[in-house]
Amino acid sequence: MKPGFGDVLLAEGDPELSEDEERLIEEFRRQLDLGMWAAVPTAGGGRRQATLVRDFSEVPRDAERVVFFPPASGG
Amino acid sequence: MTALALASTSIVLAVLALIAFGPEVAAAVRRRLVRAPAPDPPVPAWDPGRELRAERRARELLAAVVSAEELAMYDELGFLSVAGDGRDDSGYAYLLYPHRPIVAFDAETGELLNEYCVGFPDRSEPAAARLPDADDVLAKWMSLHGSERELIGVANMHVPGRQLDPDRVRRDLVRLREWRAARRARAAA
Repeated sequence: MKPGFGDVLLAEGDPELSEDEERLIEEFRRQLDLGMWAAVPTAGGGRRQATLVRDFSEVPRDAERVVFFPPASGG
Repeated sequence: MTALALASTSIVLAVLALIAFGPEVAAAVRRRLVRAPAPDPPVPAWDPGRELRAERRARELLAAVVSAEELAMYDELGFLSVAGDGRDDSGYAYLLYPHRPIVAFDAETGELLNEYCVGFPDRSEPAAARLPDADDVLAKWMSLHGSERELIGVANMHVPGRQLDPDRVRRDLVRLREWRAARRARAAA
């Protein structure tokens, strides 16, 4: 998520392919180093949920997307 | 002769001034150089077209993440409602408005409990830049689902009415109740 743009595609690939996975991990770490929060939307039992993740290993292998957004702060 | 005297006097005065005030002037210049703040990044000109495109993209992302019912709620009512503690039977819930505080309310009685002032400022962007409305609501939605305690922990908590008109919020709760009842009735028909 980016002000003035909405969502911006940062990287995409198949984590089963090592080359893609390396690229995805690199981008994941870069975003977290920038201070972003990472959320993985999930759907189970007819309910939509989201999980905050702090390490690439926490991302389910079948996740469709990881959404990065600026961290919350008191307004 | 007069010109030479004037020039000599000027030089002497300049040397004396340098001796008298030179160190202080140099120190002041050094302090100013050290204290000079980094220039703020330029604020981009307001572009309604860009903001509209951003809002459309944000709504597409919202549609891809939340349920169809929640998307309809946002489109028709302008806010989302999320059950507290990720459970419908928790006894409390939240209203999520774009770029407004999160409001906690008693799910049974509708009593307003707290306002949680929270934002998602992008530090890499100019201060005036903010997420599109749908992105702001989605960020709140994901944060509440993903880590309610963490989100509420960073928010500034206030009693209801600090920023949002409590009467308006109560009306929104009535609208929400009626909206849900109408959907249930349509589904049953």
